[in-house]
Amino acid sequence: MRDQIILRIATKVLVPLILLFALYVQFHGDYGPGGGFQAGVIFAAAFILYGLVYGVGQAQMVLSLRFARACAALGVLLYASVGVVALLLGGNFLDYDVLAHDPVHGQHNGILLVELGVGITVFGVMVAIFYSFAGRGRADS
Amino acid sequence: MRNLFAVAILAGIYSLLSAGVFTVLDAVDVAFTEAAVGAGIATVLMLGTLSLVGWEAKAAAHRPFLPLFVVIFTGGTLIYGTLDMPPLGGPDNPVHHHVVPRYIEESPQEVGPPNIVTSVLASYRGYDTLGETTVVFTAVVGVLLLLARFGISRHEEKRRWRRRGLG
Repeated sequence: MRDQIILRIATKVLVPLILLFALYVQFHGDYGPGGGFQAGVIFAAAFILYGLVYGVGQAQMVLSLRFARACAALGVLLYASVGVVALLLGGNFLDYDVLAHDPVHGQHNGILLVELGVGITVFGVMVAIFYSFAGRGRADS
Repeated sequence: MRNLFAVAILAGIYSLLSAGVFTVLDAVDVAFTEAAVGAGIATVLMLGTLSLVGWEAKAAAHRPFLPLFVVIFTGGTLIYGTLDMPPLGGPDNPVHHHVVPRYIEESPQEVGPPNIVTSVLASYRGYDTLGETTVVFTAVVGVLLLLARFGISRHEEKRRWRRRGLG
């Protein structure tokens, strides 16, 4: 889309706003609608929009498939490790009460970390799936 | 309809409309997900797939009567199933009497977040959400095994993109 100047400029303006909105949805999910899953999808949508307009090759230079793959695994790992840390601190698996000095703070920390894990995984998964669909059959010439 | 582009766009519009329905039903978190995944990314992935396999559906090689019968039968069964359901939003519905009162009354003290959906999702049902995240991860493992080109180094990948003038 080298000649689509309006799309290109609009994308450049929109991408940082989409990323910011995704972070808002991620970290404000306790208070309003949203959470890790939605935030991960929106964060990935910014890169997908960039890839659609500027080409998947350009998008992969910003964020490689390898990195997206690592994110997908890292999120699940973060989620499960919160559970294991709770086990080690003497609680049940994924019992956040023991993560801080009092239960409500512990719950808050636990939910924040767990939602972050979900967000990272969903972001990595969406970007990796987009790359493998959109990049297929074009790069290998 | 043979034009698959139109089918993909219609599916996206359907998804966006159901997101509106979820908003009307006060399920804002679900509406959010439906709009972002169903209307956004799923449509993009469908279009990406269509750009690989072509935009026209092939003519069916068989008569449409058996599929039509299956669809009508399934639809009829589902509608028959809804006849038994309690009225929408009724205060005596079983869904409002199992664990929901506990969530509404206790979760601000027990868990904290004002958004009860977050409390249920991440804390009360944290184990289920771990399962869901694992399912999402497993999905990408499957897609990558089927579609990604392993064995090509990152450097080689970039070199190929550059050679095609896309990088």
